[in-house]
Amino acid sequence: MCGIAGIIHRDGSSDVGSEMTRMLQAMKHRGPDSSGYALFGEPSELVVIRFKLADANDPRDFDFKERLERHRQEVESRLHKIGASVDRVERETEYAYRATVRYDGDMKALADYLEDVPGCEVLSLGHSLEIVKDLGDAQEVSDLYRLGGFSGTHAIGHVRMATESDVDISGAHPYWAYPFSDVAVVHNGQLTNYFQWKRRLESSGHRFQSECDSEIIAVYLAEKMADGDSLEDAMHRSLDELDGVFTYMAVTQDALGVAKDEMAAKPLVLYESDGIVAMASEEIAIRAVLNREIETTDPYEGQVLVWTR
Amino acid sequence: MSGARRTTYDARGLAEPHAEVPKVSDIDGAAASFDATELTTRQINLELRWLLYELRILDVTVRNPGAKHSIGVGILQRCRIRYEGSLGYFGLGLIDGPEITVTGRVGWSVCENMMSGVVVIEKNAGSLTGAAMRGGDLVVHGSVGARTGIDQKGGTIIVGGDAGTMTAFMMQRGRQIILGDVGPGLGDSMYDGQIYVAGSVKSLGIDCVEGEWTDADTELIERKFRIYGLGTPPAFQKFVCGKMLYNYDNLEPSEKKLVI
Repeated sequence: MCGIAGIIHRDGSSDVGSEMTRMLQAMKHRGPDSSGYALFGEPSELVVIRFKLADANDPRDFDFKERLERHRQEVESRLHKIGASVDRVERETEYAYRATVRYDGDMKALADYLEDVPGCEVLSLGHSLEIVKDLGDAQEVSDLYRLGGFSGTHAIGHVRMATESDVDISGAHPYWAYPFSDVAVVHNGQLTNYFQWKRRLESSGHRFQSECDSEIIAVYLAEKMADGDSLEDAMHRSLDELDGVFTYMAVTQDALGVAKDEMAAKPLVLYESDGIVAMASEEIAIRAVLNREIETTDPYEGQVLVWTR
Repeated sequence: MSGARRTTYDARGLAEPHAEVPKVSDIDGAAASFDATELTTRQINLELRWLLYELRILDVTVRNPGAKHSIGVGILQRCRIRYEGSLGYFGLGLIDGPEITVTGRVGWSVCENMMSGVVVIEKNAGSLTGAAMRGGDLVVHGSVGARTGIDQKGGTIIVGGDAGTMTAFMMQRGRQIILGDVGPGLGDSMYDGQIYVAGSVKSLGIDCVEGEWTDADTELIERKFRIYGLGTPPAFQKFVCGKMLYNYDNLEPSEKKLVI
């Protein structure tokens, strides 16, 4: 089933970490397997890299901790080697890390070099995007990664009921649009031409970390934007080129968009005011942050809507 | 929220496996009202049933339902219920007899399998409005989502605004009166019934055709507009089943082989 949520503040920053937690927790019943966030803080000169060196449910063998530490040191070493000036590398959990670096080189080269370290997966990379995802419900993930108080302008999130790929962090949403900075997607639905697009995008040099169809959308959109499309144009194009039933949300550094396929088979409820736009698979998620009577609508089939902060 | 009323979850993440009737209503003779803000879905439904079936109070107001799901399902009783606020998904399903007003909006699948009664939604409704509805009147003053009246088997659905894709998909009987525009695939694979549209139709579905207008259509539209205070009826187009699909071929597969 899965549940998706998005929020964008058009009049300044807010505690989007706590807001998204409340929205996702209200939809816990739609997906108890994993929860994920794509949070946009204030843009920084530094590049923020969220990465993991193991999965939450990897077996803990005798040298698990030592191996992770060796791999963390290798990641830091490679950051230096590729020309990044490391500001800090923080351990968020036993296996997940947050690094801030000064780097103005090729993002793909950076991501590929880091992911060459055994077990390393770059979850997000950008000047304001931070993707946090893990197993469990939103409150558990928020507590684990201390997301309460995360100040930012917009965010999307996802609660997952795994259907077609494993229950692990790699299969959790949101997906970062490797190798493009500051683009992420959450998706509710199924893509039926997933393998065709995966082959096409892989032949263009993109890598996929999961077997999840949703990862395609993020990379698809980012590639179209790299070719000159606006986010809105790329999302409109996706309605013709991606088959299946889907409602997805996409975020960039300054925009949040939503698209619904022509069958409108996956739900979305939308609230819009001058200062805030909030949307989710269920209205109760919106009410978790706007606890009052509100006027909401359902976007129609084939509709693409984009808001900027 | 007090500790006693916090939502609890079972192993599958489903809410409230064991709730008790909260008995929080303000009862004033033959009428009652209660605030649902702090109540779970199950508690709201238990409170409703306690009032309607045990206390026989047949005029109930539910304040602040908060877009919670599955509210007010399975009410098989002639009564009046007013929801002051919005309902979530699967609200008011399987009802038989009540007269209901919702002052806010409703989510997907409102009035699924409704048997009889009247439901008036003052704002919008989500997709699958009136799915498999069998009787009664369902009036949505705002717009509705996709597949309104899918598998509808009776009753009347009136929509004040627009309707989405595949409206009246596989409709089998009953009527839909839509004052706004309708998305693609109207009446796709319908078996029977009448659809009246005042606005534009993006496209007709398979085996949906324009129908001949009769005096009975005029009488129906005028009567429904009068009952629900909808003003003067605009001009409508009428759509019905063309009865050209395979399901109207009365030969069994084995008989077809003989004919061929």
